[in-house]
Amino acid sequence: MTNLRTILTALIVAMITSLTATATSSAEPESADSGINPKEIIFEHLGDGYGWEVPFNHHHRIPLPVIVWASDGLHCFSSARLSHGQEYADGNCLFRIGGEDSAYKGKVVEVVGNEEIRPWDFSITKNVCALFITVLLVCGLLFWLASYHRKHPYKAPRKGLGAIEVCVTFVYDGVVKPILGPNAKRFAPYLMTVFFFILVMNLLGLIVIFPGGANLTGNIAVTMVLAICTFLATNLFANRHYWKEIFWPEVPLWLKAPLPIMPVIEIFGMFTKPAALTVRLFANMMGGHMIVITLTLLIFIFSAINPVAGGAATVVSLIFSIFMLLIDVLVSFIQAYVFTMLSTIFIGLANEEHHSHEDKEEKQVTE
Amino acid sequence: MELFTPDFGLVFWMFVAFGILFLALWKFAWPAILKGVDDRAEFIDKGVEYAQAAKEQLDNARTEAESYINEARRQQAEMLREAEKMQTQIIEQARSAAQVEAQKVMDNAKLQIQQQQKEAQQQFRNQVSNFAIEIAGKIVHNQLQSDNAQNALVDAMLDEIEKNN
Repeated sequence: MTNLRTILTALIVAMITSLTATATSSAEPESADSGINPKEIIFEHLGDGYGWEVPFNHHHRIPLPVIVWASDGLHCFSSARLSHGQEYADGNCLFRIGGEDSAYKGKVVEVVGNEEIRPWDFSITKNVCALFITVLLVCGLLFWLASYHRKHPYKAPRKGLGAIEVCVTFVYDGVVKPILGPNAKRFAPYLMTVFFFILVMNLLGLIVIFPGGANLTGNIAVTMVLAICTFLATNLFANRHYWKEIFWPEVPLWLKAPLPIMPVIEIFGMFTKPAALTVRLFANMMGGHMIVITLTLLIFIFSAINPVAGGAATVVSLIFSIFMLLIDVLVSFIQAYVFTMLSTIFIGLANEEHHSHEDKEEKQVTE
Repeated sequence: MELFTPDFGLVFWMFVAFGILFLALWKFAWPAILKGVDDRAEFIDKGVEYAQAAKEQLDNARTEAESYINEARRQQAEMLREAEKMQTQIIEQARSAAQVEAQKVMDNAKLQIQQQQKEAQQQFRNQVSNFAIEIAGKIVHNQLQSDNAQNALVDAMLDEIEKNN
């Protein structure tokens, strides 16, 4: 019954929107179809920016600080001075944001004569700002939980804190402990931090207005840094057995000497693991964002072609994008979980005790 | 492709931010949280174990109490039986002791009776001999009333002594 009502409402909304669309299109003909460039919009939303968009306004952005190390030293100024293609002279240096035909499109460049030079750019961009918000949020949530645990030992938190704790135990008891065993205490802080960091970044990315909306985990720099951290954690704390498996694995001699075929493959494998981590998280989250944006853009594309089709597309793409956003909430969690789990497995493999193999064999023999 | 080239600034800030986040949580949050979670899990496990043990003990206590009661009953019965046995034994003993005593008394009585019988016999014999001597004396006195008879007897006796010598 409720399903039927929902469908009916959707159909009525579709009809009304298409009717109003026909009305408006007859009132002001042929003005919108020139403005839409889907590729531009998608890449703008997926990428980084020197200001933060505000809802319902395309011209104003929340300005963020630009920090660059230019040819004569450090410069720090508000990004509002560079908006709308303006050039800004800070001290002796002239800055602007690279235009359409520039090699550094959308980035701050230093103008020297007729040439554009890219300075060392430490700007607090939208993504960096979102990063800081995430860090504060994660810190806040977990300090809250920690203080609860300090104050109420042996007590399970309820409500909001309980939800955080569910995630903690889900990862700690479900992933870290079973895989790492006795090493769990040692690596848990890193792995749990990674999990919560990615989860909060993912979820913030799904909120369209200010504190969220940055496509952080869909940015390869972020996932790459996380993967590098896992790579370091894996290799710096690896035991002797791990290195032996890489440089002198238990394979027939001709595979490792004189031509080190297996060691080369193993060393290659050391680097493919973090690369896989990087690309997996990046592609999943970027894909999710891209689909939602594309679905939203469909409305404008169809409206430009035909107002009635635009009205119908509104309903369809609204339903689909809500559905996709819901799936993205799930994906946010799953990707955070998968990244943590894979990191745990890599670290676990690097810390595996040598005699476990022989033990198994001995057991089989005795059985 | 712009999307696939990591931005230097973001990488830098990411390292800084994640580093700070990790250090802060590592130092101040995770020890407390993980300790809390682990301790609680252990506490719950122990609680369950304790409850199980308590239940087991309770069950055991019930059976134990039952066994104690049974034991007590058994002992009671045994004691009763023993008491009965002892009773009969005591009665038996008393009876046999009484018998022995009675026997002794009877034997004594018998002995005394025999003694008195003997004494009586002795007295009777003495009396009889006294009577006999008296009677004999009277008879002899009667027979020797005359002097002739006395002389004849003395003569006879003297003859007898002569013969013997």
